Parts: sequence; structure tokens; C-alpha cells
Amino acid sequence: MLVNLRVNGTRHQLDVDADARLLGVLRDTLGLKGSRFGCGANQCGACHVLIDGAAVASCDTPMWAVEGKSVTTVEGLGTPDSPHPLQRALIEEQAAQCGYCSSGVLISAAALLLRCPQPSAEEVRQALERNLCRCGSHNRIVRAVLSAAAERARSS
Amino acid sequence: MTAAAPPLPGSLEKNRRLDRWLRFSADGVLQVFSGKVELGQGILTALAQIVAEELDLPLAKIRMIAANTAASPNEAVTSGSLSIQDSGAALRQACAQARAIYLAAAAARLGVAAEALRIDAGLITCPDGRRTSYWDLAEDPALEHLLEREAGALVAEKAAADYRVVGTAAARLDLPDKAFGVPRFIHDLELPGMLHGRMLRPPSASAKLLALEEAAVLALPGVVAVVRDGSLLGVIAERGAQAERAWSELARLALWNSTPGLPDASALANWLKSQAADTSVVAVKGTTEAANVARTLKAAYAKPYLAHASIAPSCALARCDGARLSVWSHSQGIYNLRRDLALSLALSEDDIVVRHVEGAGCYGHNGADDVAFDAAWLSRAVPGRPVRVQWSRADELSWAPFGPAMAVELEADLNAANELIGWRHTVWSNGHGTRPGRAASPALLGAWHLEQPFERPAAVNAPLAAGGGAERNAVPPYDFPAWRVVNHRVLAMPLRASALRALGAFTNVFACESFIDELAHATGADPVEYRLRRLPDPRARAVIERALLRSAWRDWAAGEGRGHGIGYARYKGSGAYCAVVAEVEAEQEIRVRRLVVAVDVGIAINPDGVANQIEGGAIQAASWTLKEAVRFDRERVTSDSWEHYPILRFTEIPEVEVDILRSGQPPVGAGEASLGPTAAAIANAVYDALGVRVRELPITAERILSALE
Repeated sequence: MLVNLRVNGTRHQLDVDADARLLGVLRDTLGLKGSRFGCGANQCGACHVLIDGAAVASCDTPMWAVEGKSVTTVEGLGTPDSPHPLQRALIEEQAAQCGYCSSGVLISAAALLLRCPQPSAEEVRQALERNLCRCGSHNRIVRAVLSAAAERARSS
Repeated sequence: MTAAAPPLPGSLEKNRRLDRWLRFSADGVLQVFSGKVELGQGILTALAQIVAEELDLPLAKIRMIAANTAASPNEAVTSGSLSIQDSGAALRQACAQARAIYLAAAAARLGVAAEALRIDAGLITCPDGRRTSYWDLAEDPALEHLLEREAGALVAEKAAADYRVVGTAAARLDLPDKAFGVPRFIHDLELPGMLHGRMLRPPSASAKLLALEEAAVLALPGVVAVVRDGSLLGVIAERGAQAERAWSELARLALWNSTPGLPDASALANWLKSQAADTSVVAVKGTTEAANVARTLKAAYAKPYLAHASIAPSCALARCDGARLSVWSHSQGIYNLRRDLALSLALSEDDIVVRHVEGAGCYGHNGADDVAFDAAWLSRAVPGRPVRVQWSRADELSWAPFGPAMAVELEADLNAANELIGWRHTVWSNGHGTRPGRAASPALLGAWHLEQPFERPAAVNAPLAAGGGAERNAVPPYDFPAWRVVNHRVLAMPLRASALRALGAFTNVFACESFIDELAHATGADPVEYRLRRLPDPRARAVIERALLRSAWRDWAAGEGRGHGIGYARYKGSGAYCAVVAEVEAEQEIRVRRLVVAVDVGIAINPDGVANQIEGGAIQAASWTLKEAVRFDRERVTSDSWEHYPILRFTEIPEVEVDILRSGQPPVGAGEASLGPTAAAIANAVYDALGVRVRELPITAERILSALE
């Protein structure tokens, strides 16, 4: 089927299987490798992307479900020249070890900041509950999200 | 008779060519070749700091080259928290020698004494202001071969007092790519003409493939080949989704026999103790006069199989070009992998190149080598085209090696004055090592399922002098007058086991430090004082005192269902000193609220990197201690998803504080030091909170209830 969607602000019309998974299309068709495969079953958060502002597992989202939607991946959050406050804070706080969960964590955190610009530490933990991290970077990640929220507050 | 020259530091002794380690390249950077690999632990950043320091270069001028068997020094396996000792020490000396060589060349060119020259940011300057640089000299055709030589006699290294880069919290070199989603992981690698392979694993380790009608699979769109050899089975397709669909169809069509062969998961300690074993006496000190023994206290501890449970499934690429094989892998030991690939595929090692590409966090011998074999084996069906294989989550959680189950029994002889006069520590466990490259037969999963299968190598333990395996940290750190430490290496291995972070130290420290608390309570002593009185090593005492201070141990306010506890160990008896204080609350389950960790790693090359590793280790250990166990029935592993293999989540993560003691002692690794002490501290805190001693991990509500009975 033909699916129309926006990815990181760019319009695409893609001829794909209706049941093809969004993660595979992002990584293999569009070459956006930032979203990670972790489990394929919406259980680890590594593949999270924003779909119309909400953090969603792209690994089990079929393409028919994203018709007309706007998708943002970690590449769409920011770039080295123009980083998202969360990306800047992740580097500033050195909030990763292997970094494989980072993309999905950043996306879940971005979704949180969209609906709750000044979250408490507890709200950050709740928002990241669906993201697994095996290296134990959780506390640094929470600090990074809080620091990004504080930076936003200062600059707005 | 002449004295032998002292050995060169670390891996330089076995890889003596300086240009094997260092190359000033024409684009103005220094290429650094380490044989150690980035596992998510930040080692390449720490090694770059050592190089920058010794050569007086800015970090930005240093490019760490990912290890590959064609160009890098052979440093065997990146494991055992040894990279700072092995590769760091080698690079420090190699750089000191390179620095001396370049200074001499600069002195000759500038016509001054080498002692008069100053190096800053790679520029070599005379007192009169004339200058050259490492790269000027390296580009001089007359001098370009300066590093094409073996390391000479030891050259004095920079004094620690002069360090400017080492000891600073340099930012990780790899994190920007990971923050912006830049392709960097092996999972992101795309090669021209790449195909996608998918393995169909048997339903259980002992299962045999009886029949397969593959015609229907071959007819599916994009399918290039179905490859079968005995019970080893895979499919290759043009695209990933096509391989996935073909795999589903293969799974539907394949007919297996499978027989129950696994032990009772609910009685693992009994099973371990009932098995045939290779028994060795690990350590003996003194003797205990039976007549002086007033009573003997005993306790038995146990730990289940644990999964590595990395967030990414294992992945590899391979391309077969005639007799030559190229492999891209996140293996911990690319040379060892190459050796076992040669053995299993009947190739010459010289015809194989293995290149390291970063994977997700690696905590020991996981599926990286196995999936490299899978890709290599499949690639032989499609010469000239690279094949990418990525395991499924279920395969990752059920086919990669597990950290072995362990049982530990401890006994303490007390005299009439309640003084400890004898200590016995007995371990039952599979060996903790089935890594590739070390046995007569390849340690690669797929090779055991071929029609002519290779024998599965036995799990062994490294010698205690190298840290040991199951018996790691089984020798107590306390100055008891007598002890006897025995290891029963269980020979049967129904579940595949190998090295997982800290090896036996996790369980041995959990057991030893739990039992120390039990002894203190049994003799009416304070657990902290009990330890401090028996620890002669001032560095050991210092980390304990620091953890106490930082956690305000002595001001602890007891409360209903709240408890605190301490655990201590020096990793391997020769590595980092670490003390942990845990604070817990008993709710439906045990909640760890806070972990305070004090650590002495000698000179911390990168204090932030050390803190990150120590905190990560403590959190991973908290997860193992509270939640984790591989589950299986009599036939197969059943904990094959995150739902059935839960790990600690964000809302369950304790606050963690890491305090690094300042030290001028030689640097040691930090990756594994905090795990054992954390488990013990939690168990001791649970006892403090509830008066219940849980001796079998994980410490779940169910275990607490059964310990109460």
C-alpha cells in the first residue's frame, strides 16, 4: 500500500506492505539507523519514536497505522550543530555507557517534556518506565532530563 | 651470567613493535591501535587519555582505531577488568618510547640537546622558539620509519604528579554519535550487496532436526537460500523482513525431536552438589585444632543462572571471498574468535580478518562470537555477498551463555571465647569460562549442531593467580588464622554457562559477606567492627570507613521495615577495593533506596568513567540480587522475553553515590568491583530490616517468606 507520512519534518510517500513494521522502514528504507531494535515486541523501548508527539514502540507499529502521521526519530530531535536540550544534557551528564538505549530514552523524555515541561524526578522515572537500560545509567539519565528541562525553562 | 631484561609493561611484552600501537598519520592525527575493544565501558576514552598524557597531545588529535586482526596488537580478550593494566600500561610505555625517539629526532634536526626541548600539544619547541612537531618529523622521508622498531629497554614514564589529562573526567569519545543517532553500532552497518540471514534454533539444546521440506520457503519472495547442515539451519534473503518471514515458515515446517535434559530449576543447589565434579583445593591456611572448637556455624548460599540480557541482540556480518573470510563482530576477543572460526570452518587463520564494531553493552561472554559463526557459516552459501545476522530477543535470552548457577557453603569454627579459629568456603559450579580460542574444539554454538558436530568444550576456570573463575574471591580478605577453600567444578553442563561480569566473585562475595554478618550477629558483635578488626590492609579499611562516613552509617535511624547493610571485597584479591552500603525498605518486594559505594582503583585514569562503571555495576548487581533468574522447564529455557526475564526498571532504581578514594597506586580496572559487595550489602540490609536471612538469590518476597518458615 501507499503510506503518506512525515518523518523528521520531511514528507514521504512509501510503497510498503501494510503490515511492515515502522522500525524496519525507518532503518532499512529511509536509512535512519538511530532507532534501535531491541526486542521486536514493545518491551524494551529501544525503538521508541515520537508519533504525533507520543512515544511509541516502532518495532511493532505497522505501517498502515502511521498513515498521515508525523514521526520524529532521534535524528529529528536535533543535530550536533543544533542539539535538542536533551541531547546536549545527555552528553553533558555523560548519561550513557553503551548508549544502545539512548535513542529510545531520549524520545520518551522528549515526549514527557512536550506534555510536562517541568517534570519532577519521579515523573521522569515514570516516563522512562518502558525503557530498559542494562548498563545502569538510569540515575544519570534522570539528571540529564531534569537538567534539559531546567535549561528549557531558563531559555524560554 | 646476565640478568634478563625486565618484561615490558602489559601487552607490550608480547606485541613489541611500536608501530603496531602508534601511527602519526598524514591527516594530522595519531592513530592508536589497541587490541582492547569498546564494550560500552568507555575504555577507548581512558586509553586515549593515557596516550595524550604521555605524548603531550590534545585528546582531539588522537584517533582510537577499532581493533581488527589485520592491524591491531593481539591483546586476547577484553575482560576481567584488565584493559587498564594490559593495554593502558602497554600504551603508556610505547608512548614514552615514541616520545623519546621523536625528541631525539627533533634534537638532531634543530641542533639542540633533547633535554632542551619542550613538547606542548604535539609541538616540539626549542628555547629559541624554533619548533617542529611529531607530524613534521613523521612526514620527513628520512625519518618516517621512526616507529618501525621493537620497543627497547624501559623508558621513564611521566610522573603522576605531572599528569594533566590522566585523572580528569574527559568526555566519552563515542557518546555524541550515540546521542544523535549516528550509525555506529554493528547493527547499523550496511555493506554493498548485503543479504540478511536468520538462524532457526532447535527447540532445545539436545533437539535434532528430523525432517524439513524447504521448498515452500525457497518459493517465498526474496529468499536466496536455505542452508542446512545436520541440525544447524538458516535462511538467507535479500531483505530483513523477507528473512524474517522465511524464518517463520521454516519454524512451521521443521520437525524436531527433543528430549528433556534439564535439571529441576527449583532445586539447583541440590543438583549442583549431587553432580560429578573436578574438585580442587583452592587455598589453605593454617590448621584448626579440633579440641579448641567450641561450636561450628554453617550456612548455605545459592545463585541461579543469570542472563547477560544486553539491550541489543547479538549481530554480525560476514563475507566469503574464495578461501578468504571477512567478519565484522562485537566479540570481546577478535583473535580468539578468528581461531575458532578457522577451526570450525576448516580455514586458515591467515585467511580470516575479524574487525571489531561496537555492539550494545557487553558484560561477559555473550552471543557475539556465536552470531559471528552463524554469519560466516551462512556466507559460504553466497560467495562474494556479505550476510548480516541478527539474533532475535528470544534467541539472545535462551541461547547465549549464562552466568553459571552456584552453590556455596560456609563454615566457621569458633572457640570458647567466640573467636573465629577456622573458616571453610566450598563452591559448587560449572566452570566460568567457555570462551572461544582456548579449547581443542570451537566454543561456537552453531558448530555443535552440525551433521558432524564439534564437541562442546568443557567450562573451565582460569588459574587463581589470574583471578580464577568460580572460585574468584572465595579466599577471604580477613586475617583468620586458618581457612580451607575448595572448589567443585561441576562437569555436567545442561545449560550453557560461561563468563558473566565478576564471574564467581559475585556469589562468593555475597556469601562471604553475608556470613560475616551472620557471625557478627551470632557472637554479639557489630558487623562493621567485626570486619574492621580483621582487615589488616589499610586500603580495605579506608573504603569501608569512607562508605560509612558518606552514608552516615552511625547516624542511621532504624524504622519499621527499613534496614541498612554493608558489603566489602577487593576484586580478585588483587584489583579494586570496594565497599558498599545499601539501604532498603521492605514493601510488597524489597526496594533498595540507596547505595553508597566507596572505591579505590589506584590512579583513576578517568574518574567519571570509574564512577559510571562502579554505579552501573552496582545497579546491575541490584537487579541480579532482587529480580533475576533464568527460568526453564525440563526441556528448554522459558525466560525468553523481557516479560519473563525482568530486570530493574527506572522507578525501581536506587539512588547511587560513588566516592573514589584518591590514590597514587597503580591503576586497576573498575568494571566488576562493585557487584559482589552490592549483593552482600543488600542481603545484609534485608536482614537488618526484617530479621530474615535470605541465602538464595534472587531476594524476592517469596524467598523472604520461605526463609521465615
